[in-house]
Amino acid sequence: MTRLKARLSLPPLLWLAVFYALPLGLIILVSSAARGTYGGILWSLSFKSYLRFFDPLYLGVLARSIAVAALSTVLCVLLGFPISWWMARLGKRGQQIMVLLILIPFWTNVLVRLYAWMFLLGSSGPFNSLALRSGLLRAPLEVLYTWKAVLLGFVYGQLPFMILPLYASLEKIDKSLIEAARDLYASSWQVFRRVILPLSKPGLVAGSVLVFASIPCDFVTPDLMGGSKYALMGNLIQQQYLVVRDWPFGSALSLIQMLVIGAGLLLYLRQEQSA
Amino acid sequence: MKRGKPTGALALASLATLAFIYLPLLSLIVFSFNASKFNARWTGLSLRWYVQMLGNSDMRQATLNSVIVGAASSVFSTALAAMGAVALERFPWRRKPMWEAFFFLPVVIPELMMAVGFLLLFNVFPAEMGLAKLILGHTTLNLPIVWLIIRARLKKLDPRLEEAAMDLGATRAMAFYKITLPLLAPAVLGGALMAFAISLDDFFISFFVSDFQSVTLPVYIYSLLRFNLSPEVNALSTALFVASMLLVALAFLLQGKEAHV
Repeated sequence: MTRLKARLSLPPLLWLAVFYALPLGLIILVSSAARGTYGGILWSLSFKSYLRFFDPLYLGVLARSIAVAALSTVLCVLLGFPISWWMARLGKRGQQIMVLLILIPFWTNVLVRLYAWMFLLGSSGPFNSLALRSGLLRAPLEVLYTWKAVLLGFVYGQLPFMILPLYASLEKIDKSLIEAARDLYASSWQVFRRVILPLSKPGLVAGSVLVFASIPCDFVTPDLMGGSKYALMGNLIQQQYLVVRDWPFGSALSLIQMLVIGAGLLLYLRQEQSA
Repeated sequence: MKRGKPTGALALASLATLAFIYLPLLSLIVFSFNASKFNARWTGLSLRWYVQMLGNSDMRQATLNSVIVGAASSVFSTALAAMGAVALERFPWRRKPMWEAFFFLPVVIPELMMAVGFLLLFNVFPAEMGLAKLILGHTTLNLPIVWLIIRARLKKLDPRLEEAAMDLGATRAMAFYKITLPLLAPAVLGGALMAFAISLDDFFISFFVSDFQSVTLPVYIYSLLRFNLSPEVNALSTALFVASMLLVALAFLLQGKEAHV
């Protein structure tokens, strides 16, 4: 019996050790090595890569990444809340269909999703040509390759991660609580502020964590929607690995980013718990 | 319990959000059938861009690479995940939550980190492997998801079925192969399809690990998006969109079916 257990568990455990733990461990090891003359790695213990990060240039990128992630999270909440609440009040069948409709873009490749917007918003794309011909706009709306487009790309990509947890917790709210509040002459705003919002908190927290944590790791959205003009942490890491070939610095950046995200999430969850 | 009737404003806002979600995708798909070379005008229905796409040898090579990597990584990850799920669910483990976390963790680690890790791995231990690098990377990427799918099914299976078989004289291995494995089949197949879908969808690991000979479909699309926008990209994106949807739908159907067994 124990032989069967070993035979079954050894291959997957070995696999995860070699092709999962080892690659992640290498990031830590390489971050404290030095860069070779022609890229590559010189194995020596040095913390140069970490110290290099405290250049205002790189600190600025980190600050910008955090700001963009926070702003996208807020936008996702604002955009996701009404539809989640609406979904929660539909019939069973309606809810199932809506969950499917929210999941479809989630299962669409990130590049296809971004290209859809690049195509729609391009200066000669369907949106601009339609708006110009119908007289809605005088000059084409040049939003692609700007900051706004980067934000749009993030919000669009992350919206399902906000809607689904939000919907899940809104759906559980006992509707008689709302009726009770109304019977006590609460206004719609009061019902929302005092009943719905507090009860939706688990979904709000889960959605925010998912959205916030995944944005700094993305380099494709700023690259494509922003036309490579607005670098975030993900772009910095990608450049260090694939363009500059400074792997130790890239590894240090990766670890710093993981630590910052982790610390941010911990802080947020702590505060949510005590609040 | 009385259901509150959704107010008009709320329904309107929700429909607007749905339009926001679907307008770009729909316009991308519709214009992939446009006869004109220019995005601005609709000049008539045509399959021109699909024909041109099929004639593009770079695109065919990328598709072939994606299918090879998807199929191979799907087989490997499903086999490993099934072993891991059965071992963890059917045998006693000390500190079981820790081992479960070990299997689950690759889902939590951002894909960019995995991609970076694999780039380092294949450079610290260099080997001429081409597509094999992608297969190794994607196998790790798929593994936790397939493991979760198979484990969910195992948890639902009544362990008494296996015990009954053993009471009737079957060895433990025989009971496993004759009873548990056939009952697991839908989850295994569903997991394998899901793995294929995840591999086909992956951009980050492929982008960091592939070289010019092992370009996958998403990496190829990325190069097109940066340098060469044409309606052919619409056709290619639509094709990838449809392929992902079919795979995921089939995977869900298989998992749904198991509920009735």
